[in-house]
Amino acid sequence: MKKIIKYILLDIVRNKIVLAYTGILLAISFTVFGLEDNTQKGMLTLLNLVLFIVPLVCVIFSTIYIYNSSEFVELLLSQPIKRKSIWLSLYTGLAGALALSFLAGVGIPLLLYDRSATGITLLIMGMFLSIIFVAIAMLASVGTRDKARGIGLSIMLWLYFALVFDGIVLFLLFQFADYPIEKAMVGVSALNPVDLARIMVLLKMDVSALMGYTGAIFKDFFGTQQGILVSMVVMAIWATAPLLLSLRKFNRKDL
Amino acid sequence: MIEVTHINKTFGKLQVLRDVSFRSEGGTCMALIGPNGCGKTTLIKSILGMVLPDSGTIAVNNEPVANGWTYRSQIGYMPQIGRYPENMTIGQVMEMISDIRQSNQKTDEDIINAFSLRQLYNKRMGTLSGGTMQKVSAAIAFLFDPGIMILDEPTAGLDPVASEILKEKILHEKAKGKLIMITSHILSELDDLISHVMYMQDGNLVFNKDIETLRKETGEDKLSKAIAHFMKKTDR
Repeated sequence: MKKIIKYILLDIVRNKIVLAYTGILLAISFTVFGLEDNTQKGMLTLLNLVLFIVPLVCVIFSTIYIYNSSEFVELLLSQPIKRKSIWLSLYTGLAGALALSFLAGVGIPLLLYDRSATGITLLIMGMFLSIIFVAIAMLASVGTRDKARGIGLSIMLWLYFALVFDGIVLFLLFQFADYPIEKAMVGVSALNPVDLARIMVLLKMDVSALMGYTGAIFKDFFGTQQGILVSMVVMAIWATAPLLLSLRKFNRKDL
Repeated sequence: MIEVTHINKTFGKLQVLRDVSFRSEGGTCMALIGPNGCGKTTLIKSILGMVLPDSGTIAVNNEPVANGWTYRSQIGYMPQIGRYPENMTIGQVMEMISDIRQSNQKTDEDIINAFSLRQLYNKRMGTLSGGTMQKVSAAIAFLFDPGIMILDEPTAGLDPVASEILKEKILHEKAKGKLIMITSHILSELDDLISHVMYMQDGNLVFNKDIETLRKETGEDKLSKAIAHFMKKTDR
């Protein structure tokens, strides 16, 4: 399995897109910190950009990469190699490359400008989001042979997590404004890894006061050691559940 | 040894394999023939574990194919249409496969030498012609000297010289007591290679006979005529 991962990583590096992605992240981070005197403000801008760009790049690049490596997968399948190792190697290669390029692209500027707990939280959450959206891409692409459909599905999923979900939450908030649903919101936020990442970083920034009563509830829950632990577990589930589902499907797929 | 027992497979509404069963031992060279779309490639892919049958079992050298993978080290497979990572060169593909297989055994490089593939090692797979791609597939199939060879239309797209080289190699391997399974539409080239014939139609295995019996039954000496005889009979 190590050898397959090696070949996948070599291929991804040769592909240069991941290197360009690191470069763009570096450029964005340095610009943001260079423009703002206040690193807290810079961090907020960076957070919004990261929550937007990272899932998008990870899900689209991974989906296209998986489709393009169908020949590679077929070639390996006729060799004495477990299906499971082929699929997991693909995941490890993609998740490793994308998480590392995030670590380099955002981590280096953070190290130079802001070595606070907020920065570290942003880094951890960004790496989580990278591997989560690779797992979602694996799930989106295993179901269909049609590349256009697979990529379309990936874009839909990204739109859902980045935009539509927030719309639904806002709608629910207004509809049930008369009821005490603040506590339920904590549970709802676990349903979207992007939101969970945003909350975790915002709470470290002391701007949660701006979020009103819900913010206070969030702070009560996610601010504690226990809350942090729970959110880490939830993020880990988001990274593994789609992967395991896709592995199950891949094991039963005709190639 | 390949043992296939009562396998069925449907793709959507189309039933591609209907209750196919057979058993073959080493030392036989069998031809799998039948019209286009009769399920030959699906049967081969089921043996390789690439297509999972809906019911029935397949065993290779007594190891069940379902959920197994080590048995594939004993199979050399030459696909009908080879699909390779386009941005890798021939040399890189060969090197990668040897690296991943980690086999310490001596590799069989007869085919690589006979086709002078080494001179093409820095060509990218995406730029290769169909025939050269076939040569690469053949080289990979024979590389690890496996006991079972599965060749899906091996000579399609090869020039006459190359297909003669490949036939020589197949004969040579057959003499070593290997189990060889070939599909082809060019029956005349199978005549001097095979010992058994399997005929498939619409997903059914119509018959599985050794060539002598077939010749006696039909009274024809040439395989092509014997099969034509049989096809006419089933038409009626």
